[in-house]
Amino acid sequence: MLRAQGRAVHQCDSGWVPVFVDQEQSISLMSVGFLLESPDEAVVWRGPKKNALIKQFVSDVAWGQLDYLVVDTPPGTSDEHMAAVEALRPYGPLGALVVTTPQAVSVGDVRRELTFCRKTGLQVVGVVENMSGFVCPHCTECTNVFSQGGGAELARLAGVPFLGSVPLDPELTRSLEEGRDFIRDFPQSPAFPALSSIAQKVLSEAPARLS
Amino acid sequence: MKTVKHKILVLSGKGGVGKSTFSAHLAHGLAEDENTQVALLDIDICGPSIPKIMGLEGEQVHQSGSGWSPVFVEDNLGVMSVGFLLSSPDDAVIWRGPKKNGMIKQFLRDVDWGEVDYLIVDTPPGTSDEHLSAVQYLSAARLDGAVIITTPQEVSLQDVRKEINFCHKVKVPIIGVVENMSVFVCPKCKKESQIFPPTTGGAEVMCQDLKIPLLGKVPLDPHIGKSCDKGQSFLMDAPASAAALAYRRIIQRIQEFCGHHQPKEEHLVGS
Repeated sequence: MLRAQGRAVHQCDSGWVPVFVDQEQSISLMSVGFLLESPDEAVVWRGPKKNALIKQFVSDVAWGQLDYLVVDTPPGTSDEHMAAVEALRPYGPLGALVVTTPQAVSVGDVRRELTFCRKTGLQVVGVVENMSGFVCPHCTECTNVFSQGGGAELARLAGVPFLGSVPLDPELTRSLEEGRDFIRDFPQSPAFPALSSIAQKVLSEAPARLS
Repeated sequence: MKTVKHKILVLSGKGGVGKSTFSAHLAHGLAEDENTQVALLDIDICGPSIPKIMGLEGEQVHQSGSGWSPVFVEDNLGVMSVGFLLSSPDDAVIWRGPKKNGMIKQFLRDVDWGEVDYLIVDTPPGTSDEHLSAVQYLSAARLDGAVIITTPQEVSLQDVRKEINFCHKVKVPIIGVVENMSVFVCPKCKKESQIFPPTTGGAEVMCQDLKIPLLGKVPLDPHIGKSCDKGQSFLMDAPASAAALAYRRIIQRIQEFCGHHQPKEEHLVGS
């Protein structure tokens, strides 16, 4: 999604060098994707092996000075999540951004994720509702394709801030797949102000919530 | 497992592609014939959404002399999920691999499924503990195959290719691929849009390249999500919709793969 497919990971004295995805070198990335020979290769590992790699990603990558480390996780409350929390906790502050879609089935699963956060002492910065409505490009009617209300409901249940809803935008998907800079190419997209506003809230509220 | 005729694994590379929705409706569709016994097993230990989708939230599992009893939606449709073992909708199952494997083993061994024509196993996304364990335990009793769910975009297909490689690695036959959220028809102007653009040709091109059957494409119908939220069968709620028809065609192809034959009525031949 960040136009970094096929890049190689190099070693330096202080560890693995993360891959920079922009010219300004403001965003660096590490992923098991960089370690696979082919994008179709399946990583058929049980928990312990996954845990070991996650530990390495935290301790053996030469991240350098970072303002924010964003950790994208798979769905669930299992090995990867526990490994990430354990590996990152010594480096605090550590918080969680919880993503849901609007429908009740999604909320049903994500509330368990919030329990995971509570049990592991992970402070929740807020809830984001993704795929929140689709505006028909032909007639501009907005349809709630995946129901509605889930994000706000989840935030209310958990007593955490609701950071906002991001609408469905096929151009966002297309940009991520075609390696385009979404923000540069589609500033008019309804997803852009939503994403911007959420990012702003995280920047302004996270430090206080996580201290 | 000896009393289970056909076993189908429902897989996806990615989360959020509609795997559980599909598993639930495959179960509903097969069970519409009251002579077919269907069982739905949810092995997504951390995110057990099957109870909600099947309208069984809050139900509990009972133990008997012959093992755990599945929860029945209809007389011929039984369901098992870790969700039934949790006392609150907020309970999180924070287990590492070995404990999840243990639970899956119990589900497959200790549940008294009875005589079942189809056992559908809904999995979490990925290619890890749950999938290895399920394949390990089910293969011993002949697994018919796997149905892989995707959405049209390349990011999803990339994960499906990994899933297909997983199936090859562990020698699970692939029944085929289902492309979900294929096209969206605006309820107001009825024009089509592609919410998840098939930038590399969607599942159709991928299946052609990999010589794997495309079982069908299901359009994005907002009613599907609503039915799931209400715990109802979308096939019953909107039987004439394009999505319901797509589901039925796919279910038929799966039945054909499993070599399902409708019991022929014996006609009394007059002398």
